[in-house]
Amino acid sequence: MKFLHNFIEKIRPAETSPMYTLHNAIETFLFVPGHTTHSGAHVRDAIDLKRTMFTVIIALLPALVFGMFNAGYQHYRWLSPDLAFWTVDNLMYGAMRIMPMIAVTYIAGLSIEIYFAYINKHAVNEGFLVSGMLIPLIMPIDIPLWMVAISTAFAVLFGKEVFGGTGMNVLNPALTARAFAFFAYPTYMSGDKVWIGDSADLAQKVDGFSGATALGQYATTGTTSYSAWDAFLGYIPGSIGETSALAILIGAAYLIYSGVGSWKIMLSGALGALTMALIFNSVSGSMDPGPMKEYMSIPPHFHLVFGSAAFALVFMATDPVSAAHTETGKWIYGFMIGILGILIRVFNPAYPEGWMLAILLMNTLAPLVDYYVVDSNIQKRLKRAKA
Amino acid sequence: MAKVHRVRKGYDLKLIGSPSSDLVVAPQPQRVTLYPEDFKGFSPKLSVKEGDRILAGDAVFYAKADPSVVVPSPVSGTVARVVRGEKRVLQFVEIAPDAVNEYRDFGAAKPSDLDRAQILEKLKASGVWSLVQMRPYGVVAKPGDQPKAVFVNSMDTAPHAPHIDVQLAGRESSFVEGMEVVKRLSDRTVLTVREGSSLPVFESLNGVEIHAFSGPHPSGNTSLHIQQISPLNKGEVIWTLTAQDVCVLGELFSTGTCRMERVISLTGSGVREPKHLQVLPGSALSGILANQIDADGIRIISGNVLTGIHVGKEDALHFYHHQIATLPEGDQPDFLGWLLPGFGKFSLSRTFFSWLTPSKTFALDTNMHGEQRNFVMTGQYDRVFPFDIYPLQLLKAMWASDIDKMEQLGIYEVVEEDFALCEVICTSKQPLQELVREALDTVYTEMN
Repeated sequence: MKFLHNFIEKIRPAETSPMYTLHNAIETFLFVPGHTTHSGAHVRDAIDLKRTMFTVIIALLPALVFGMFNAGYQHYRWLSPDLAFWTVDNLMYGAMRIMPMIAVTYIAGLSIEIYFAYINKHAVNEGFLVSGMLIPLIMPIDIPLWMVAISTAFAVLFGKEVFGGTGMNVLNPALTARAFAFFAYPTYMSGDKVWIGDSADLAQKVDGFSGATALGQYATTGTTSYSAWDAFLGYIPGSIGETSALAILIGAAYLIYSGVGSWKIMLSGALGALTMALIFNSVSGSMDPGPMKEYMSIPPHFHLVFGSAAFALVFMATDPVSAAHTETGKWIYGFMIGILGILIRVFNPAYPEGWMLAILLMNTLAPLVDYYVVDSNIQKRLKRAKA
Repeated sequence: MAKVHRVRKGYDLKLIGSPSSDLVVAPQPQRVTLYPEDFKGFSPKLSVKEGDRILAGDAVFYAKADPSVVVPSPVSGTVARVVRGEKRVLQFVEIAPDAVNEYRDFGAAKPSDLDRAQILEKLKASGVWSLVQMRPYGVVAKPGDQPKAVFVNSMDTAPHAPHIDVQLAGRESSFVEGMEVVKRLSDRTVLTVREGSSLPVFESLNGVEIHAFSGPHPSGNTSLHIQQISPLNKGEVIWTLTAQDVCVLGELFSTGTCRMERVISLTGSGVREPKHLQVLPGSALSGILANQIDADGIRIISGNVLTGIHVGKEDALHFYHHQIATLPEGDQPDFLGWLLPGFGKFSLSRTFFSWLTPSKTFALDTNMHGEQRNFVMTGQYDRVFPFDIYPLQLLKAMWASDIDKMEQLGIYEVVEEDFALCEVICTSKQPLQELVREALDTVYTEMN
């Protein structure tokens, strides 16, 4: 690798050039620099932000790969009933649709990141490695690429860079991208013609085609044709990475085991969702029949496997920068996301995805939660001083 | 029976090169160097000039704020060099020692015969006072304060710290005498020991509270002991000493002279024979390390690997340090180091696959393993930070130079060494100890 290192040394551009920032990003991508400690502790843990972000990418892989198979499966199953799931055709269809989305996201996001790193004279931060993977996974498969690019650019600019870049943002950048797309291009982000690849095409070819998600069905008919088991395994339409709770749980296990993701947020989020669902269940018995009664009597475990609940709690709520920073705060933050997610989902079936809004709302409230948690420590200290 | 405090959070680095129990008495150093930077909260003024002849115990420099607080020469000899840097800031003073030390006589005395003022007077005159540190701030203590307690620490839990039984072997009577002195300084004297390694000499003490601590580093940090036993509030002061410092106090009273000999450990994968040494502070490393280091690319550290100072072979042991550690330099780029499985990489997280071999000792080097970034991860420090303090919030207050917030969040209860392990495991490679020391200095200047 000496040769490669020498080559990189040789082509290093002048420090004033924007190419220097790009060169530096590529160099540190290929080689962890030979920098040694110069202040404080002389030995350091091998972990850095690159490794942390890479760990999240690994955790996302099961959901991504499943999403590719599922994209093909959902598309082809309308053309040939009794279709097998794990086929190369399914994978190829999914890959051909999803890889360009990933590429577009990274190109749009990273070029902005590199530009800001250049004008602010710091190295490119790794935060976008994960955001760039998350954004495609929470989009419907039929969204045009240019919308992905614009949403990503909006999220990086206004969700992150205006606050000072990675580590300084208030909102989760990936959810900012989704929220932008959701409100800017609602017809491409909701309804029942976006969750299955080439829906418009299929609707013309296939009689009785329905591209509705389970939650979409609930909103219109008060019931769903999908079983909770299908939803747990993920054989249902939905955003690219969100359908398989199982694949997401595998990722969650790795995040928790490696110490990168907060199990407290994941667990308290699930508990919050179950609590709210149980409250609705208990009230729904005394309600007049109607769609609202049906919606409120959805069993709690359905809520966790349908829609983006699992993906949101595992990958979105746990973003350490926009979540609560204290450990006690994480319990409160996660629980509130669970409560709000179900609340929005049930009371506002026009937006079946309450999770995005629940997390963005709690992102803005997380500093307040931390404020009160830290304040109790401050009060304890003051009380001790007076005693 | 000592009260036992169990510390659960923390981590003991598993490094190669732990010291054997052998104790070697080092010969008279060829040179002794005193660095003013070692004395925190202290603007040094020279008491000597080049060419002066001094005895062991004579003042080399004094504190601008209180000229009665002096730093003594550990040896007799001639002031060889006074080196100043930019803006004439004093860098160091070098003394060429005599072959055999001559000691300034401050008069032997029984601590019980003197009152507190006379004891303080003797400590200040002999320069032994410079060993007494104060909390908050972790600076040289101010003799005018009335501390609510004095804490004596006999348990250094830093990697490869010298063993307490080797430190005190043969010096038991000095230690007991020294504790008599310490007892006269305040109403409360606390001795902290590692659970299960209490020495007979500790058991023989009267009028001293003994507290035992168990658990991984930083269970031996004085800040933690104070927080558990007698937490510091704003305006309160505690004085701190190490067990070896107490021996120096004891010898001052039994012999009337300032004898700074201390046991240090010589450790790490870079030295041939890791062991214990009896040396004087300020001793030139060239003598201590003779025939001990052969390879190139070895970093020499005065102090331990968590908090020590990077020094060269031509430098000296710093005044408060109890260890000379060595580490291989890690100045080689690591191809895709962040991406590959990393079976041999040290990490407290399980993001590398080295968690498969948890009990392995690592030949760690000085590589940063990444570049500095903004704070991103949260809850990470809590694993190694056993204080009732929110570390990230306190650090951010320091970053913002918000003194009110620092006070509220407990800056008076910590010093930079308490953040050393946080710094080791920090994903964002933030220079935490530097940040904490700067903040402590800022608050100290503001308050005094």
